[in-house]
Amino acid sequence: MDFPFELLVNAIIAGLLLGGFYAAVTAGVSISFGMLDIVNIAHPAFIILGSYIAYIVNISYGIDPIVVSIVMLPAFYALGTCIYQVYYVSFEKRGQESLRGLAFFFGLLFVTEVMLILVFGVDYRYVEASYIGPSLHLGSIDLPLRMLVPCVTALVLFGLLHLLVTHTFTGRAIMAVSQDQLALQLMAADPIRIKRIAFGISIATASVAGALLVIIQPVEPSVGREYIGRVFAICVLGGLGSLPGTLVAAMLLGVMESITSTFYGPSWSPAVSFGFLLLTLAFRPAGLFGR
Amino acid sequence: MSTLRFSLVCLLVGFVIYVCGHLFGVGYLFFAGYTILQYVVLSSAWNILGGYCGYVNFGSAAFFALGAYSTVFFYKFYPLPIPLLILISAVVSGIVGFGMGYLTLRLRGAFFAIATLAMAVVLQTLVVNWDYVGGSRGAYIVRADTIEIGGFSIEYIEYLFLLMMILSILSIVISRAIARSQLGFGFATIRDDELAAEASGVPTLRLKLIATTISGALMGMAGAPFPYYIGYLQPASAFGLEYGVNSIAMPIIGGTTSWVGPLIGAILLGSLQQIATVTISSAVNLLIVGLLLVAFVVIAPNGLVGLVQDRLRARRSK
Repeated sequence: MDFPFELLVNAIIAGLLLGGFYAAVTAGVSISFGMLDIVNIAHPAFIILGSYIAYIVNISYGIDPIVVSIVMLPAFYALGTCIYQVYYVSFEKRGQESLRGLAFFFGLLFVTEVMLILVFGVDYRYVEASYIGPSLHLGSIDLPLRMLVPCVTALVLFGLLHLLVTHTFTGRAIMAVSQDQLALQLMAADPIRIKRIAFGISIATASVAGALLVIIQPVEPSVGREYIGRVFAICVLGGLGSLPGTLVAAMLLGVMESITSTFYGPSWSPAVSFGFLLLTLAFRPAGLFGR
Repeated sequence: MSTLRFSLVCLLVGFVIYVCGHLFGVGYLFFAGYTILQYVVLSSAWNILGGYCGYVNFGSAAFFALGAYSTVFFYKFYPLPIPLLILISAVVSGIVGFGMGYLTLRLRGAFFAIATLAMAVVLQTLVVNWDYVGGSRGAYIVRADTIEIGGFSIEYIEYLFLLMMILSILSIVISRAIARSQLGFGFATIRDDELAAEASGVPTLRLKLIATTISGALMGMAGAPFPYYIGYLQPASAFGLEYGVNSIAMPIIGGTTSWVGPLIGAILLGSLQQIATVTISSAVNLLIVGLLLVAFVVIAPNGLVGLVQDRLRARRSK
């Protein structure tokens, strides 16, 4: 049997596109978990919330989901700052963030999911846009637009975040807060305020990621659970808090999942990310690009 | 009270509950009671690692499902008696708990928590793709209506109820004994300041491994009779998120620092859910659990036991 070379190339391309999207999904966790040390396992639930908002507006008014998600950014930012405020007052201030903080986010994940189930039921929902359906063909390579558009959007989002973190005072302060809070105070920046802003930004990315998710696949409330492991696998693999590392890790995971589901069937693909996470944690907890 | 005397009291209480239920003569009581007792085992087991050591395990459902699927595996092979299956499940889940702890417990606490979530998904994918235990279609377990024990013929559901009663007594006795032993003090040092404990010569890794093994084994035992209880086991029901949520919510709502908390939490929350499932709907009952979990974590971090203790202390100081 000769090796299905074309299939492999297509699987890799599809994986890279998927990886771009994964990068957008992980960006928020990379900020909250990687930089702020807040283990926000509820992040995928907020992504699903973003998906549903994009879905409602798209179905009612026919507005493009990505546009909706950008309009919704301030709302998600505000939600993020509120959650951080509760988290700070109830856990960080009392020094109990490890056990109770985790339980808090687990509870949030659960409440968001069940509320969505109660409101929308467990039916799969999807959006309509002109780029869902057609594909570009370059020789024997297929580029479905419903994957290409999210991937490009995700890369733009990622580029903007990277610029924000490396080129603005607030961005650098966010990087600094993870390293030395006291030093940050000496630079006349309030670490709590910086963290609140950073957490707001991290939740805001969920709005865009949610819209991208609902473009790529139909969404139901419990889809988010699959993304918990994926997101943390990418985040750990990329070296905590490193945005370029996150991007590379997301691409890598996307390609591996795509190859697995092409050659062994899609029912195995969830195990890839989680298995990879377990192996990374066991053998190289600093990640591929960790310091 | 010594551990032996405490166990005897527990057995007596359990027996009285069983006799009362039997006299009441409603089969549904045993169905509902089984679920509540199952949560007593799960939340006590979770608390040994989560409450005593401070390591959060999100993968209770995985250990529970390991127990349930061990039963299915051996059932297909040769139908062994359930008590034996419970022991086998304990060994399997204990070994997995040990392996899991060995791989991740040297890292920060958060990594362990995420890894347990990951393990649940990996195991579920394996089970879905494994045809021998039913795959995604699920597996049927045929059970008799009644069973003979020592000359008495009792309903099968009452038999399962009794088994689960013994398991919950076992888990309560174990968690009480641990809390009062040197092991328990070791666990508490890990929870309060792991670095300081390590520096004072507490063998933290070994203690954490003991905790994950015991906790995993107890959760597996809780899952072992489950296929017989439900009659038809599919991956989605064995790995249900409600086990993960409940086994965290119950100890936290009850109070995590002693063996009483998980017991109170499981009985209160378990009964509440049974009532809500019957009267409202099962989605609403999960919402209640989630909201209570968030509320208690934020407002009453030491749970109901903590609230009562604070009240008593305030009265004494008056």
